[in-house]
Amino acid sequence: MMGEISDDDLRELVTLVKSQHNYDLGNYAAASLKRRVGRYLSQCGISFFELKYRLTNNQDFFPELLEALSVNVTEMFRDPFFYRALKEKVFPILATYPVIKIWHAGCSSGEEAFSMAIMLKEAGLLHRSRIYATDISREMLERAAAGIVPLHAMKDNTANYISAGGTEDFSEYYSARYDYAIISQEIRKQIIFSQHNLVTDYVFNEFQLVCCRNVLIYFNRPLQDNVIGLLTQSLAPLGFLAIGLKESLQFTSHYAKYATVDAQNKIFRLRG
Amino acid sequence: MSGQSHIRNLVVIGGSMGSFPVLLALFASLPQEYSATVIVVVHRPKNVKSQLEQMLCPDGRLKEPDDKEIMQPGGFYLAPQNYHLLVEPDGTIALDTAETINYSRPSIDATFLSAATAFGTRVTGVLLSGANKDGVEGLGAIISHGGRALVQDPATAMSAIMPGAAIEKLDGIEVYAPEEIITALIKSDIEYKNGKTE
Ligand SMILES: C[S@@+](CC[C@H](N)C(=O)[O-])C[C@H]1O[C@@H](n2cnc3c(N)ncnc32)[C@H](O)[C@@H]1O
Repeated sequence: MMGEISDDDLRELVTLVKSQHNYDLGNYAAASLKRRVGRYLSQCGISFFELKYRLTNNQDFFPELLEALSVNVTEMFRDPFFYRALKEKVFPILATYPVIKIWHAGCSSGEEAFSMAIMLKEAGLLHRSRIYATDISREMLERAAAGIVPLHAMKDNTANYISAGGTEDFSEYYSARYDYAIISQEIRKQIIFSQHNLVTDYVFNEFQLVCCRNVLIYFNRPLQDNVIGLLTQSLAPLGFLAIGLKESLQFTSHYAKYATVDAQNKIFRLRG
Repeated sequence: MSGQSHIRNLVVIGGSMGSFPVLLALFASLPQEYSATVIVVVHRPKNVKSQLEQMLCPDGRLKEPDDKEIMQPGGFYLAPQNYHLLVEPDGTIALDTAETINYSRPSIDATFLSAATAFGTRVTGVLLSGANKDGVEGLGAIISHGGRALVQDPATAMSAIMPGAAIEKLDGIEVYAPEEIITALIKSDIEYKNGKTE
């Protein structure tokens, strides 16, 4: 069953969260936030009134709500053709750097970073790569750092790997335990997971490639613009930026700074 | 609320198995001057190359939108594989990669519900042939927000589960054969333009 809240309810919630918890949901994309709240209400079987009551009277409730409202869905080699494009159009240039620095902003439970590491390994580049993978969610980062991927997802992940042009036996990259798979240490050792909030935190390093995929869609346009600004500042000269397949730089003020490397796969490069 | 948008009429169409022939016929029949905005949600596999928008509408009018794209009157939009498609009251498209709903992403229910709450009486929901019940709940939301609901006559559907469930569960729907659905959509657009409605 789907819960349903009105635009007025949503506005009320944003105001309440701001005043009670000093957290700004106002720049999150309204339609999906509305849907998340509705979904949360029906899952818990509570009314909107009850939600407001808990937010006001129970300090521990807000972090729980925030986790429930965020979307962490991810896959290994999501959009396999994106990974093919990376390998063909971006890796040859990355290979010219002595140390390759990559940032996955909004990495969720790590699947995207694991995929990148596997691709780099197969290209013979992993040993001189440093992959920084960040997210706002502690819970997701813990899973990522442990290398845990749900076993039921490995069938899809394997199919994606093959479509992405993977050449090895995919099962070599993980071991199966009960109902989860653990990504091998060899793949994970060049990845550093840490917490970073794209809305409130700052530039922390300089990268040749920044991937920020399927994160921007949860922000409204003004916030997207700020976040793209942060990503742009984090790029080395002539660095690459990859965003989600259905995300766009065109609606931001940073568009002119980039040349398009692959329009379909949303890979861009800072102009010199 | 819905007064703020430039979108006057929004047609949201959902279908799965067996809906492609109907959609093909629909896009072949909608005149160039058709002025409603149309969103199509069909169940489709993810992570494969697909040119579905081209297949369903060879004249190129149907497109897969990017996130935050602004819908246009007379614009036709196809929900991309692996994303839910939602709409904002200001007429912006919002994509969402959240969990599948009833095993589907895109989910017809998600689009219908979001259209109903954002555009109320301006919405026409169309549920076509399909092999599951996605869309029934969303169509209910469209009706309860004062929108219009058209359902493909199960007798004409390759898979009758989806339209059948709508008919069983919902009051206030109009049941039509595919040609009649197409005629009804074109007719209501002409009526709207002649100022007979709204
Ligand atoms: C849908 S997932 C995308 C995961 C992965 N990049 C992919 O494309 O498969 C979105 C992620 O963005 C994270 N996120 C949301 N707001 C954020 C913020 N302000 N700062 C950093 N990460 C954020 C969420 O926690 C979530 O893990």
